[in-house]
Amino acid sequence: MLRKYLDKIKPNFEPEGKFHAFRSVYDGFETFLYTPRSTSKSGSHVHDSLDSKRVMIIVVAALVPCLLFGMYNTGYQNFLGSGITDMNFWKIMLYGFLAILPKIIVTYAVGLGIEFIVAQWRGEEIQEGFLVTGILVPLICPVTTPLWMMAVATAFSVIFVKEVFGGTGYNIFNVALVTRAVLFFGYPAQMSGDRAFISADPICGIGGHVTYSDAFTGATPLGQIANGADYVTDAAGHILSTWDAFLGLYPGSFGETSTLCVLIGGLLLLLTGIASWKIMFSVFAGGLAMGWIAYTFQSPIYPGSHILPIDQLVYGGFAFAAVFMATDPVTAARTGIGKYIYGFLVGVIAVIIRVYNNGYPEGAMLAVLLMNALAPLIDYCVVQANISRRMRRLRAGE
Amino acid sequence: MCKIIKLRRGLDMNLKGGLSAGSPVTETKASLVAVIPDDFPGFVPKLSVHEGDEVECGSELLHDKNCEEIKLVSPVSGKVKEIVRGERRKILRVIVEADPSGNNSKAFDVSGIDKKENLTEVLMKSGLWAMMRQRPYDIIPSPGTTPVNIFISAFDSSPLAPTLADSVKRKDREIAEGIRALARLTSGKVYVSTRQGEECPLPEEATHIIIEGPHPAGNAGVQAANIAPVNKGETIWTLDIVTAARIGTLLTSGKADWSTEVALVGSDVKTPKTVKTAVGCRIKDIVKDDIKTSDHHLRIISGNVLTGTAETADGFLHYPYRQVTVIPEGDDVDEFMGWASMSPEKMSVSHSFLSSFMKKKKFAPDARLHGGRRAMIMSEQYDKVMPMDILPEYLVKAILAKDIDQMEKLGIYEVAPEDFALCEYIDPSKLELQKIVREGLDYLRKELE
Repeated sequence: MLRKYLDKIKPNFEPEGKFHAFRSVYDGFETFLYTPRSTSKSGSHVHDSLDSKRVMIIVVAALVPCLLFGMYNTGYQNFLGSGITDMNFWKIMLYGFLAILPKIIVTYAVGLGIEFIVAQWRGEEIQEGFLVTGILVPLICPVTTPLWMMAVATAFSVIFVKEVFGGTGYNIFNVALVTRAVLFFGYPAQMSGDRAFISADPICGIGGHVTYSDAFTGATPLGQIANGADYVTDAAGHILSTWDAFLGLYPGSFGETSTLCVLIGGLLLLLTGIASWKIMFSVFAGGLAMGWIAYTFQSPIYPGSHILPIDQLVYGGFAFAAVFMATDPVTAARTGIGKYIYGFLVGVIAVIIRVYNNGYPEGAMLAVLLMNALAPLIDYCVVQANISRRMRRLRAGE
Repeated sequence: MCKIIKLRRGLDMNLKGGLSAGSPVTETKASLVAVIPDDFPGFVPKLSVHEGDEVECGSELLHDKNCEEIKLVSPVSGKVKEIVRGERRKILRVIVEADPSGNNSKAFDVSGIDKKENLTEVLMKSGLWAMMRQRPYDIIPSPGTTPVNIFISAFDSSPLAPTLADSVKRKDREIAEGIRALARLTSGKVYVSTRQGEECPLPEEATHIIIEGPHPAGNAGVQAANIAPVNKGETIWTLDIVTAARIGTLLTSGKADWSTEVALVGSDVKTPKTVKTAVGCRIKDIVKDDIKTSDHHLRIISGNVLTGTAETADGFLHYPYRQVTVIPEGDDVDEFMGWASMSPEKMSVSHSFLSSFMKKKKFAPDARLHGGRRAMIMSEQYDKVMPMDILPEYLVKAILAKDIDQMEKLGIYEVAPEDFALCEYIDPSKLELQKIVREGLDYLRKELE
């Protein structure tokens, strides 16, 4: 039925057809709906069923727990801050859903729009990379980010970080994180501070107006520590234990707060083998190691050094960065040993920035971006090791 | 006590339609055979015969433009039926119609083979020289170079491949003779790699190695990489045990044996079987009516599913294959949202498919790519199936960039396209890796020679 319809409209998109300018869009939809019939022309006659569509979709699926939790958390924080006592689960979820939906639509519309245009212009198939980026961006931004800012930042990153390098697979930096960085450095007032992380107004009649006070500051745990708090609380002033922080009901970027949900997604990525366990584990190892060093050499100048090493992993975006950002195969190290080094350094640097730079309470984003830049260097060294093994063999033979 | 090498990386595909212990063995007299110059990389074909010429089994059909001594010969006696040319008059194949009654074999003078020159000459003239490969470049051995080592693989690990040990049974004497002759041509050793339990008596000139592990363990080049990797400036030769036996037969009797055993396998074959016939036999004569009558398109592969050549029933058996595999083509299948499929029938090594957990299940894959061509996105995929000290991703990138210096450093001299066949199979970006490597090797050879 659908197939017949697709076949019927196909001639319109052929070189002579009237919608030729939308050929890549048509191809995109056709290959999305039906596995392409193209068969192997050279080399191996059989191919593994895994393709980049499935890879990307699995990452999106792994992000669903974070997305759902983010919805709940957003609604919960609003209800808490506006003094609503009727904590109906579905109302909270609906509030969160309505808060995030426009952002998801905007990032996808802007990003995919650019991808479609570029694909058509280059005469290539549409690449799936943005399927993941488009959902990552709303998840790593504060929920109050204005839509136009998101649109501008997304467009900037997709064009200047990905497409100018040649598209998916050729970019040096993680596109979603650059979007976040553009927002962070371009619009610092809207992107940081205590009030950025809670949606403060009712949406479609749901939720209420949040009134900030000493009892309800809206500060994130890392923000509180950077301000010299002795202990970490949630938005309403209750002390946040490690377990509470692990569950994630505290103010923060939309999808990052719940380490539990991040780990559920991470488990899916590890079970399917889509993400590299080498990177994931070494990021956590690096974070723990550096967290332990900072904790051992505590200093009153650096309030972040009072954080327990384990808390470094559950606060803020660390876990999210470890599972979803550092493991981006295109921008991470590509060699086996390189991945251990890369991941470990991501963890170490994230904690260093957190602890020893009071200006940036959260270091995970910058750590991953910095290591994106260094990943080719790490790989270069690993490749050189392979080369020098070969050279030694040659010399030994002479 | 021989050395045992265990290879961990690689992949044994579980495909439907393999030979089993009770599979039938039939015999078919080849009526038409073809010699296909493209099967012999490095060989620049020049015709030695015309259409209508009478030929004996073993008499030359083609010779190499660069070295006239190297011949490709007719595997049957009969008449040259047709010389098929392609674009720019390129010789695609020379078809010989077998004479149903006679079976005259050309005799070669094998008296002075103790001398290296005589031995080389008789190997070249008999067509057996072209059955060997050299590394670097994966081409037929260049005359005048002495290989540092020679590697003989006594088993074929590729998907649905027949057991080589069966086809060289009772040829111990010939194998030994062949190995002794080869040992005179190398400055180093002759390594013979077998599976555990498939050992055959070997002469003392041979160094016996037992190889364990999944495909591509049977590729002589992979064995070489794990025994004594080839360095820049060195040459090694690779061949299989059947060729070694043929060399032995030639040197003991003066006549080469061009009979072969071909396995007819694959999910669309009614009863997998072994067919005794001649090298280069027409596929129709092997397949006969043994293909399942089905409603879908078929792909007939001369060779295995990883490295073979797609042919029609009117096509011919390509060298060096001893199997014909028939699988569904798949270009007539509508699969709705295949990327989301949870079906256990979808073959994959990725744990995102249920099938990857079913270690015993057999699959009937078709020839679809199952996705679009992309840039290299996932990393460390190829390494899983590359049991050599090679960084395949980086080597492929160096080839694509035509960076000769980097290709050399990353070990292009050690590899052949077939070593990348499994990488090509598992690649989620669906890159044509074997083609890329072949072009890289050809480019390098052109630039450096």
